Amino acid sequence: MSLTMVEKILARATGQKTVRAGEVVEPKVSLAMSHENAALVINQFLEVYKDTGLRPKVWDPGKIAIILDHRVPAESSKTATNQKKIREFVAAQKIKKFHDIRGDEGGICHQILPENGYVLPGTVVVGTDSHTTSHGALGAFSFGIGATEMASVWTLGRVLNVEVPQTIKVVAAGKFQRYVLPKDFILYLIGLITAEGANFKVLEYHGPAIEKMDISGRLTVCNMSVEAGATSGIVPPDRETLRYLREEAGVKGRIDIFGPDPEAEYARIVEIDVSDLEPMVACPHTVDNVKPVSKVGKVKVNQIVIGSCTNGRLDDLAVAARILKEKKIARGVRMLVFPASFRIYQQALKLGYIADLVKAGAVVMNPGCGCCLGVHQGALGDGEVALSTTNRNFKGRMGNPKAEVYLCSPAVAAASALTGYITDPRKGGR
Amino acid sequence: MARVVLKLGDDISTDIIYPGRFMATVLPSETPQYAFADYPEFNARLKGGEIPPGSVVVAGKNFGCGSSREQAASTLKGHELIVVAKNFARIFLQNAINLGLKLVVCPEIEAEEGDELDILPDKIINKTTGKEFKVEPLPKARQAIIDAGGLIPYTRKLLLEKAAARKKA
Repeated sequence: MSLTMVEKILARATGQKTVRAGEVVEPKVSLAMSHENAALVINQFLEVYKDTGLRPKVWDPGKIAIILDHRVPAESSKTATNQKKIREFVAAQKIKKFHDIRGDEGGICHQILPENGYVLPGTVVVGTDSHTTSHGALGAFSFGIGATEMASVWTLGRVLNVEVPQTIKVVAAGKFQRYVLPKDFILYLIGLITAEGANFKVLEYHGPAIEKMDISGRLTVCNMSVEAGATSGIVPPDRETLRYLREEAGVKGRIDIFGPDPEAEYARIVEIDVSDLEPMVACPHTVDNVKPVSKVGKVKVNQIVIGSCTNGRLDDLAVAARILKEKKIARGVRMLVFPASFRIYQQALKLGYIADLVKAGAVVMNPGCGCCLGVHQGALGDGEVALSTTNRNFKGRMGNPKAEVYLCSPAVAAASALTGYITDPRKGGR
Repeated sequence: MARVVLKLGDDISTDIIYPGRFMATVLPSETPQYAFADYPEFNARLKGGEIPPGSVVVAGKNFGCGSSREQAASTLKGHELIVVAKNFARIFLQNAINLGLKLVVCPEIEAEEGDELDILPDKIINKTTGKEFKVEPLPKARQAIIDAGGLIPYTRKLLLEKAAARKKA
């Protein structure tokens, strides 16, 4: 019997030879990740144990990861108290993979997990964050769940009642033009299949353009797969996966590399040639409202954001620094840069990117989710427009329902910073 | 009979249901105050107790898309609202079932604010217009959780079974 990537992973995680789409399974979890919403998970976990006479104890403290990233440093006393509660729980339960607000270990959860070698191909990863889809970039079946569902995983070590999802195969042929990036590819795909086009399904990525893409680009693609409704995005692991895990993530142990069967059954096959792809922009207020940059018109921007779990990695900062080096950001534009982790921050410092960005007029913030979710570090004024490399442009997303958010690649963001309006990086600013 | 108190379009995100700026508030007992906070008029009616439990929010496709924040389900559960939509985003649907928020998948639903609906297991009758609409069942994988009254009692049951089995062994 021929299986998709996710069917193979779920068969392994349930100790069966095969599983089929539609079947109900309870896979064992290899990694269970939370961020500040661990505060709610803790509450629900204690609720499970209430009146049982049992002492609350997580199933495996080595398999739980908690990364503080959404509101760092705390923007309010309420958040600070939640973070304190999390630290106390981590100590009491001896949770190993905890990353606090520190310059030597901190960052965004979806960057911390890969760069520390916490995610391995062929495993099941769950996280209380919708962008947990990111880790499919390393060949894991990785999906978002709610806090109560996580409390159940902390108790039992498996996810209850999971329906094996169908898979859509995406084949990307061709070669990207200069300044056309993985972000443009995923925005194009979301525009094509719509925000609910992959609801309850997995997006499995294939083709020469994916094979040539590095892990950073694959993380961008899998990260935003959820914006098409997908349960997960996944790239079958290959030599690039191995290279990343051994050389960048420092994984010493065994790594299993396997792909889907050639005859696997797919719900749909989507073929895209990236050779003619233009830089793309998602316009307000839905992520599938996607246009090529040439069709967006002259849109004046007030705030430019480079960062997030989607595009805050070293190559993202590199392309921005290259475009902005020895130039100046337009007056009237403020540019915020959030490296995805302190490791990336330190690398960018060493390579001079941070200096290039700051000299051009950008404000480099501490690694974390920043203004992406509209809590702090860069709210928008009434009627203002943001152009951002983040992943969502929903009404109110950046903290103000009277503002607009456009989404783009770091190259479009940097080129636009020079002109003050949405600009094609292939034509350059000014 | 249930009255439609809010009519919404497609792709209603969790940022609309429960804006991110209130995410530091996590407890189900505290989240209801921020339901649809960026619809100040509706939010005021909810907080003013003008909307009785069992009232209906009608929406289009992909209700609850976006963030996995469980506050989006607990905030609606706190007001005992029923959500009828053409379909739901996956994580929101699971969160709702886990917390016992009532959702109805009704791909053809047509209803306006003020309409009275009769919600039956297999169909919805819009008493105001006289039209009927087929209801789709919720994912079968989740039935055991619905039957147990939510994921917390269901997990507790499995935990106690596991503990009893260990004691025996």
